[in-house]
This record gives sequence, C-alpha cells and structure tokens, in this order.
Amino acid sequence: MGKILEVKNLNVYYGVIHAIKNVSFDVEEGEIVTLIGANGAGKTTTLQTITGLIQAKSGEVIYGGNDITKIPGYKLVSMGIAHVPEGRRVFSDLSVYQNLMLGAFTRKDKAEIENTLSVVYKRFPRLEERKEQRAGTLSGGEQQMLAMGRALMSHPKMMLLDEPSMGLSPIYVNEIFDIIKKINEDGVTVLLVEQNANKALAIANRAYVLETGNIVLSGDAHKLMEDPQVKAAYLSE
Amino acid sequence: MSSFISYFINGISLGSVYAIIALGYTMVYGIAKMLNFAHGDIIMVGGFTTYVITSTMGMSPMVGILSAVVVCTVLGVAIERIAYKPLRGASSLSVLITAIGVSYFLQNAALIIFGADTKSFQSVINVPPIVLADGAITISGVTTVTVLSCIVILIALTTFINKTKTGQAMLAVSEDKGAATLMGINVNRTIAVTFAIGSALAAIAGVLLCSAYPTLSSTTGAMPGIKAFVAAVFGGIGSIPGAMIGGIVLGVIENLSKAYISSQLSDAIVFSVLIIVLLVKPTGLMGKQIQEKV
Repeated sequence: MGKILEVKNLNVYYGVIHAIKNVSFDVEEGEIVTLIGANGAGKTTTLQTITGLIQAKSGEVIYGGNDITKIPGYKLVSMGIAHVPEGRRVFSDLSVYQNLMLGAFTRKDKAEIENTLSVVYKRFPRLEERKEQRAGTLSGGEQQMLAMGRALMSHPKMMLLDEPSMGLSPIYVNEIFDIIKKINEDGVTVLLVEQNANKALAIANRAYVLETGNIVLSGDAHKLMEDPQVKAAYLSE
Repeated sequence: MSSFISYFINGISLGSVYAIIALGYTMVYGIAKMLNFAHGDIIMVGGFTTYVITSTMGMSPMVGILSAVVVCTVLGVAIERIAYKPLRGASSLSVLITAIGVSYFLQNAALIIFGADTKSFQSVINVPPIVLADGAITISGVTTVTVLSCIVILIALTTFINKTKTGQAMLAVSEDKGAATLMGINVNRTIAVTFAIGSALAAIAGVLLCSAYPTLSSTTGAMPGIKAFVAAVFGGIGSIPGAMIGGIVLGVIENLSKAYISSQLSDAIVFSVLIIVLLVKPTGLMGKQIQEKV
C-alpha cells in the first residue's frame, strides 16, 4: 500500500504565535486517520497548511511521493486531494447543482463528470432532490453533505475532512460518520479532524492526538480509545 | 410631448454608457471586493487610443475601436498585476488609496502625452439617424448604437457568467476565495480575467461617450466614472442587473433634470436621488440583504 501523505517536522506561525510545533505524521493509502484534540490545538491549521491555504514556516508535506509544500493550493485538487473545510463553506448563493459542478472544476471529460454526479446523487439522495435549491437554504446537515459531495466531484484519491460533525444534530452526526466510512470503503483515503473523539476513533484505523500544536499521542485508534489519558481528556461517557 | 420623448431617449442613451461603465465597477467589486477608482480613467485611455488611431493615424473607425479594447484590456490587467495584486489581503482602505493614486497617474500621464488642451473627437459611429413621427423625434445613430451595445453586452455577460466555467469560477471567487481555491480555481487568474472584462467594457464606453459628446481631455473619464460608480451603488454594488438598471435610471434622471429643472443642478439632483435610495434601501435597488463580513 504505502504512504499517501507524509507530514514532516511542520512548523506554522500566526505572527509570533507558534501554532504548529514540529508536527510529523503520515497516512497510509486506504486508511482513515484522525487528528483529535481540543479547540485551538491546531487541527484545522494543520489541514489548511497541507492544502496550501496557510504557508508553513518550515517542514515538508509529501503527497504520493511528491513534495507539495510549496505548490499553490488550487493545483492540489487535480493531484487528487479534496479538502472539506471547517464550517462547510458551500457557495450559499449558488444552487446545489452549481456547487457540485464547481467541485468538478478541474475535470474536463463531461461524460465522466456526469458519471461521478450520479454516484454522488446515489450517495446523497437529498442533494438530488434539492439540486435546484440555493445552497444557503439547506440545513446544516444537508450543507455538510453538499460539501462532501462537492469534494467527491473532483474524484479524489484522498479526502481531508475538517470537523464534519460540528453543529449537527445527533441523527445527522451518525449519518455523516456512516458516509465517511462508506467513502473510505470506495477507496478514498481519509484524514479526519474531529472534536467528537468518540465517533472519530470508532471509524478510524489510526489516530494522532494534538495538544497546543504538538502531537502528544498516536497509535491504533481502538487502543487509543482504551487509553486512560485519552479517556479522561477527550472521551465523554 | 415629442421633446419629452427625445429627452427620455437621450437619457436612456447616456444611461446605457453609465451602465456599461458601472458593469466594470460592479464586477470588480463583486469579485475582487475593491472599488477600482481608476476605472473611469480607463474610459479616457480608450477615448485617446481611438483618437490617435482614427484622427492622427487616419485608420478606420473599426480599427480604432478594436485598438481601444485591446489597449484598455492590457492596461487593466497590468494595473491589477502591478498595483492591486501585491495588496491582496491588505486593508480595503490601502487598496482604495492605491486606486485613487492609479487614477491620478493615468490622468497626469495623459496630460503629459497629449497636453492640456481639449481635443475634438471625430465620432467613429456612422449610422444614419432614425426619424419618427414625421420628423418630430430624431434618434441619432450614436444613440441607437449605444443602446444596442448595452443590451448586447448585458446578454453576453449574463450568458458568460452562467454558462462558462470561468463565469462559475467568478461567482465562486466572489463568494469565498478560500473555498474557491479548494475547488481548484486559480483565484488570481479569475480576478485578472475580471479586470480584463471590466477594462474592455470601459474602452467601449469611452468610444461611445466620446462619440456622443465629442470632446476629449485627460479628465474626460473622471465624471462619468463617478456617475457610473453612483449607478452601481444605486443598483446594488456587486449586482449585474443592478448596475444596468442603476445606470439607465441615472441617465434618464440626469437628462430630464437638465431639460426641465436646471442644467446646473442636474448633478446635484442625481446625487440626491442616490442619497434618498440609500436611506430607504442601504444595499441599493438589487443589492443583497446579507451583511458583508469585513
């Protein structure tokens, strides 16, 4: 299988604040890896640095054997990385269909795009029902589905998901995690950032625990669930 | 009655020019989130380019118009690249001051190259006038061409934005640059395309304006630029149909107040209408209700 993503000694600053401190981790092809940690631990910053929305001070991001640290963010989509950002960030003035088509922006073959669209509609039937609706009028859970569907439209090898369960009702939370598992079973490698450590560890193969910009723990997700430190800090009963 | 219709039609014609300029303002604002105060001076550059090609070099009007479009497009993209792009992420006040600086730069460059005296511009539009109601109403060729250009531009622009990938990318960038990047959209390139389109429209507006009011100086674009900005705000800045309606309403108000109230007061009346509209509807006629995040 081999490593699809390697982050080596990453350091990110916001002005003088050292937000990410020498962070290293890797993701194997086909895995679900989760980064868990409290609010402000640096989870979102890590993802944004990988996809070039934030520039790292030092360190390397290797994707599929290529150094992508200095590659502008918009070029990563056609390399197979899709990033579902925190807060979903769907284009709220545009229709569901327009949002999905923007997800396929880098692809040329119309027939293949149509093909992916039908796969996405099958995965998220609600998006098909509401394809003409303005994205801003969707519920939070539906917007999350749209953000994920939009990312799938680029036909990614790897998907980065930032807090997909944030602000959703418990029913939607379960549904979203089920879908993440299915997307992974279809062959997409997943790097998942979550505050909901219970759910994230339950579907992940491996996990890294971030604390104020440092990785403090890592290992098999199911073993970490039993770790007393993790239980005390992140898992509510 | 027939004189009212004439004033009204001339108002629509003037308003069409404002609308074409306002489209450039509103597109750049919608996508780059900046007020490009140098936009009016691009009109002047378009006018001078046509003047040099047709009057000085004696080439055909078509060559003059095409040259104006090419020169203004290149100039618009160059200004964005040199003056505005380095300020991406800077405060909007810094960008605004830079735009005012670019405006003065263009005006003074024209002053150095062409001198301070007003040139008389030979109309490049040779379309026969339309005579209606047994000669009571005459619609000049420039008026016909101006109004038709405005309609064609509106249809072309709307089609471009709704039907092409670049157009959809513009909508995405205008709403969320970060999310647009995550779709694989090159935000800088999209902004450059927007400036290119806006500047090409300013060139066309310059040719139409100078053909209708045949004088040309370094400040020719300043007042129409400000009026078109008013039109864009009036219609709801960022909205393409808003710029269109705003421009035409403004042109009609201006011409009718010149004819029936006072030609000195016409500008004051135009700006008063803007103030009243903004008091009643702060986002403009077709503006979005959503508060913009700063």
